[in-house]
Amino acid sequence: MDCRPEELLIAAIARLLRGCRNIAVGVSSPIPGSAALLARAESETPLRVELLESLDGNSFTRGSVELFDRAAQGRIDAFFLGGGQIDGEANINLIGTGDYPRTAVRWPGSFGSAYLYFLVPRVILFREEHSRRVLVPKVDFVSAPGASAPEVYRRGGPTALVTGKALFRFDADRRRFRLESLHPGHDLADVLETTGFDFDHDPAPATTTGPDAATLEMIRGPVAREIAKAYPKFAARVFPSPGPG
Amino acid sequence: MTDSCLFLSLDELAAQVPDGVSLALPKDSAGAPMAAVRALVRRGAKDLHLINVPTSGLATDILIGAGAARLVETSGVSLGEFGGAPRFNAAVKAGAVRVRDATCPAIYAGLQAAEKGLPFMPLRGVIGSDVLAFRDDWKVIDNPFAEAAEDPLLLLPAIRPEVALFHARRADRLGNVWIGVQGELAIMAHAAERTLVTVEEVVEGDLMAREESAAGTLPEVYVSAVAEAPRGAWPSGFLDLYPTDEAELADYARLARSAEGFAAYLERGCTAPAPAAGR
Repeated sequence: MDCRPEELLIAAIARLLRGCRNIAVGVSSPIPGSAALLARAESETPLRVELLESLDGNSFTRGSVELFDRAAQGRIDAFFLGGGQIDGEANINLIGTGDYPRTAVRWPGSFGSAYLYFLVPRVILFREEHSRRVLVPKVDFVSAPGASAPEVYRRGGPTALVTGKALFRFDADRRRFRLESLHPGHDLADVLETTGFDFDHDPAPATTTGPDAATLEMIRGPVAREIAKAYPKFAARVFPSPGPG
Repeated sequence: MTDSCLFLSLDELAAQVPDGVSLALPKDSAGAPMAAVRALVRRGAKDLHLINVPTSGLATDILIGAGAARLVETSGVSLGEFGGAPRFNAAVKAGAVRVRDATCPAIYAGLQAAEKGLPFMPLRGVIGSDVLAFRDDWKVIDNPFAEAAEDPLLLLPAIRPEVALFHARRADRLGNVWIGVQGELAIMAHAAERTLVTVEEVVEGDLMAREESAAGTLPEVYVSAVAEAPRGAWPSGFLDLYPTDEAELADYARLARSAEGFAAYLERGCTAPAPAAGR
């Protein structure tokens, strides 16, 4: 099925969300947000999606402080984090490159990552750019660690990493990623070349499955219309003409 | 005894934020007080300690660019879909502003400690991050209630802003302010010594008189002053009243890449009032 790269990512992330009952989506996350909406549309059991950045897309009545409290209460199953840098142990850096605090490059900041990474069972790392600049051997600043010492209270953490080229699963015990599939059009040699950390993989990895016709229709219709409320610029670029409704 | 709420012009309101104070600002989507920020720039505010609750965008970027801030306590400064915050990023690189990097729930927790008159608040997570490593004002203790042998727990000192400043939909003439579901504005106001609010409109009647409106109202007891500022969050969007002015934000993101461009933006943007709807 021909689809845009963003639509493939939305479908792939939505599959990682199967079985969830409560998904929260933070700021600057149009593709994860679309994936969560798709997972809701395809779920046979009730599934709540809280879009932090959408006026009527969440059920918080005490502002975003409620997201963090709900996470601590165990009421959020899945969340998404990104990173200017992500390393092989799933440490993420949202602060910048070089020596802190006067980093050579400064990014916005750690947001809720240093907390939600510990408390949300299924954290999916998402970063479209797949390069040695992003996927580094060791992050320059740990906004949130991928793993913790056994005495540290931790009920959540990274389960997968999705990039524009591939999908990895994270093995928390071994603190290591395993390549699960390559997106159509990408090969193992290229992914090895553009990944700055070591990871496990099969000799001939699987290919990420794209959306079927029904899923694609769902993405381009109801999902596109809903995500446009939170991310109008993204929606206008990726879904130029969402269907009527 | 409490003073009654003052009703001021924008410039009078800005004069209520003395140089050097700690100033709490909400995240952009929860009522960015942009008209008041422009008034602060007009009055040449200096040495502010900005506290982002828990993040910020244009408001913080403009204040930093205008040289009004010495310290920013934040969990993130970004223009969202319009990219990084250019003046913030440049000032951090140049060392022109100090950053106290936090994580969103830590800022809320510090404010919640202040709400309760407590010296600190515990919080899960964060242990093992460099966010904690660079915060010598944050402490880790062993949970005294733990059943297991060891349970390290983060403690955050109370955050008591000298001034909180935000934009809201409406106030009544008693100084009660409707904040609806933006409950974090109440946390900010409870924690702050004084709260200044700009509103889209001042309405007749008493917002506290009926439960339906009282439930979403910040009572005047927390409100020091109100200024009426229609479209006071512009160019940020505000609730369902008006969307983000995308052309203006794109303009800002482009101009503020350089100090000269930012100065040109200020020249144009901080002296004129917010344009009327339909721009």
